[in-house]
Amino acid sequence: MSQDLLLRGGRIVDPSQGMDTVGDVLLRDGRVEACGTGIGTPDGADVIDVSGLVVTPGMIDVHIHLREPGREDVETIATGAHSAAAGGFTGVCAMPNTKPVTDNQAVVGFVKRQGEAAGFARVYPYGAISVGQKGETLAEIAEMVGAGAVAFSDDGRPVESAQLMRSALEYARAFNVPIAEHCEDMTLARGGAMNEGIMSAKLGLKGIPAEAEEIYVIRDILLAKRTGGHIHLCHLSTKGSVELVRWGKERGINVTSEVCSHHISLTEDAVEGYNTNAKMNPPLRTAADVEALQQGLADGTIDLLVTDHAPHHYDEKEREFADAPNGIVGLETALGINCTYLLHRGIMTMSQMVDAMSCKPAKVFHLPGGTLARGSLGDVTVFDPNRTWTVDPKAFKSKGRNTPYGGHQLTGQARLTIVGGRVVYRAS
Amino acid sequence: MPGPLGKDLLGLAPLSADQIRLVLDTAVPFREISERAIKKVPTLRGATIVNLFFEASTRTRISFEFAEKRLSADTVNVASAGSSVSKGETLVDTARNLEAMKIDMVVIRHGASGAAQFLAERIESNVINAGDGTNEHPTQGLLDLLTLRNHLGDLTGRRICIVGDVLHSRVARSNIWGLTKLGAEVAVCGPRSLLPNAIGEMGVTVFDRIEEAVEWADAFNVLRLQLERMQAGYIPSLREYNRVYGVTRARLEKAPRDILILHPGPMNRGVEIDSDVADGPHSVILDQVTNGVAVRMAVLYLLAGGKPELADVAKKGGA
Amino acid sequence: MADQIVELNAGTDNLVLVGIQRRGVQLAERIVRIIKAQEGVDISSGALDITLYRDDLQTVGPRPVVGTTQLPWTLDDQRVVIVDDVLYTGRTVRAALDELADFGRPARIALAVLIDRGGRELPIHADVIGRKVEVHPGQRVDVFIEELDGRDEVLIATRDDEG
Repeated sequence: MSQDLLLRGGRIVDPSQGMDTVGDVLLRDGRVEACGTGIGTPDGADVIDVSGLVVTPGMIDVHIHLREPGREDVETIATGAHSAAAGGFTGVCAMPNTKPVTDNQAVVGFVKRQGEAAGFARVYPYGAISVGQKGETLAEIAEMVGAGAVAFSDDGRPVESAQLMRSALEYARAFNVPIAEHCEDMTLARGGAMNEGIMSAKLGLKGIPAEAEEIYVIRDILLAKRTGGHIHLCHLSTKGSVELVRWGKERGINVTSEVCSHHISLTEDAVEGYNTNAKMNPPLRTAADVEALQQGLADGTIDLLVTDHAPHHYDEKEREFADAPNGIVGLETALGINCTYLLHRGIMTMSQMVDAMSCKPAKVFHLPGGTLARGSLGDVTVFDPNRTWTVDPKAFKSKGRNTPYGGHQLTGQARLTIVGGRVVYRAS
Repeated sequence: MPGPLGKDLLGLAPLSADQIRLVLDTAVPFREISERAIKKVPTLRGATIVNLFFEASTRTRISFEFAEKRLSADTVNVASAGSSVSKGETLVDTARNLEAMKIDMVVIRHGASGAAQFLAERIESNVINAGDGTNEHPTQGLLDLLTLRNHLGDLTGRRICIVGDVLHSRVARSNIWGLTKLGAEVAVCGPRSLLPNAIGEMGVTVFDRIEEAVEWADAFNVLRLQLERMQAGYIPSLREYNRVYGVTRARLEKAPRDILILHPGPMNRGVEIDSDVADGPHSVILDQVTNGVAVRMAVLYLLAGGKPELADVAKKGGA
Repeated sequence: MADQIVELNAGTDNLVLVGIQRRGVQLAERIVRIIKAQEGVDISSGALDITLYRDDLQTVGPRPVVGTTQLPWTLDDQRVVIVDDVLYTGRTVRAALDELADFGRPARIALAVLIDRGGRELPIHADVIGRKVEVHPGQRVDVFIEELDGRDEVLIATRDDEG
């Protein structure tokens, strides 16, 4: 029997219970024992005063990249899980584009065990849709579910064959797992390094037009309609994509989607000067896209906030722009960015933001947690929405330092992260 | 201490109109040197200049070499195929090695847009962009401007049309930046699949048909059409390209005024330009080449700034 | 000065006046006109810009503007007279001599200056001098000519810090 943990006096925001009240949360044996007012203090409980802070069900980022197995020099499951905890996340879903690819039960099991051994945020492995993520044949989805995979994606690449995507959606229905797509028409994208627009014309870089994403968005929505499967669209970045998802949801199609913190805060202007730390796929787009994505979050068209945390080695990013790999880290800046750009600008309410970072991720991906109802997982995020801080990449727990937010001031920071009733991160 | 152009010449977009005019004005006396019997002045004697060419290019490299040698500088040519990834040594390491060898200037041509800026940010030597990806080719832009100015005078309000594959052309972009800064009116003409989608926001007029451009322009800058564009599906065939967009004598004869013909070379005769135009009376293509050496000498001269801390010694000077 | 130049040359044959940019050029042109008026002969003349041959380019700071150089086709066997406004350290003339050497091999080169202010740093002397003046290093000699400055005047002024 471990010690009880009482979080006292915080503002509890739990959209799953419609709760927004100042009160206490009591955790016992790794679970939520009680949550609200009038709880009292059990004998021997470890009490943490969280007055002035916001207390929510543990936040879950369903789209990150941990580079283990294969690129442990850039990030391990342990350092990534630690980075997640430092960002306030109690759970993360790790994409399968590892080396070797996570396309079988052995690697899925490995990732799961490494996450458990690390003891920070919970790590839920993604499995690949196709063997080797080559887009040719389906991978063993059932076996991987058995080993702990929670969702499937060939992220990094799209599934180019509509037939294969159809099969995946149909097959996965039996196991109640989402199929997540990285929407990008490779022939339109044709090796582009940033958004196609005035900025790419000015910098002389090949651009990826918005339509490269939107064509796959509508394709997959239609396939979900045909198959009744659950399509989850990764890292939406364009206004058109939001409009298409709205169309799909209006027709009752089982489509969910996510947007990255960087896509609701930065535009293609961040690439100015060939800044490789602003290079990712899908790329940063225009102000009109940013606005549409923010609106999509506000009206629920877009379900989840994610980071697409993608660490890269300094040497790899220190290159000519076209040759630098895509991706930026995001776990430790997500909460700050979301509070600064969505909460404090009135685009989302506190409840909406918490919903998109905690309750809905759990719901959409059928994960435990996402609620502080009695008996649920003792995963809690405590943060200060008003604390202003300056981003210092050198202080990251992640091995990756590739962020365009270095030196930026953000308002909103994780202060305490609790997984299974145990504190796994405490801000100094 | 940097000279009037700063430390590097990375493109025409960062320069002001005055800076561009300074280069053009400075190129004039340098052209005279190429006409002497002894084509050499001691100005950059003892300076070491590396021509770092990651893309094969005979004409640009030779032009730079002449410019460097005519200024008495020591020249080293480094030819390297491929990008950082494929050749093994990264551009960062190449930069650091050059710096460790204490060279004064680097002339770089590279296949990646932004490569010249990347290098310039990492070494103290002056960096001259001889063409980076599809971004800029500033010395070509400058020699085009000089050639146009020599024949048309003040370029304010003059109408220059760039014809051809603008999408993949760094020469086109340098021309667009340079000409608009000097007050010229700029147009482009070519298949839409070879124009940047955002071309409308770059301050240029677009002609879909070359007949319209012929009606309008004082000068054409004709770009080379590469075979790869057909293979990549941008246009159906070179034959059709010539029939629809080729600069031919028949088309030019319909022009209301004599149109000056420029081409950065090398030419695909019979594709984007016919021989009787390239060799015709309004072609200034060879002038461009001559001006190229002069412009490059002017750029080298202006970039190699002096050291002000020793300027006091010079202050005593006079006749 | 024109008389002295002709006398020095023992006539006008093969005589070439080369003016140093900037004011030397106009002075050379005036001398050419005087010789034409007096002797009825057209002398060849040219302009020489010595900027690129200066020995202080590395230290002078902002890049000096380069002027035009225009000389008769060949200087071989010609009798060249360099014309300049002020002779001081002699470095300009040294640069001019180096540059002329790149154009050919004159039979002889002489120097004609409007003002010789002394203060030589190199073994250079003028063959024809308009006027000698005594000044010390703290002063400068400014020559103004009608064609460029709107008046003909020689001024001795105190050198201030911008030299």
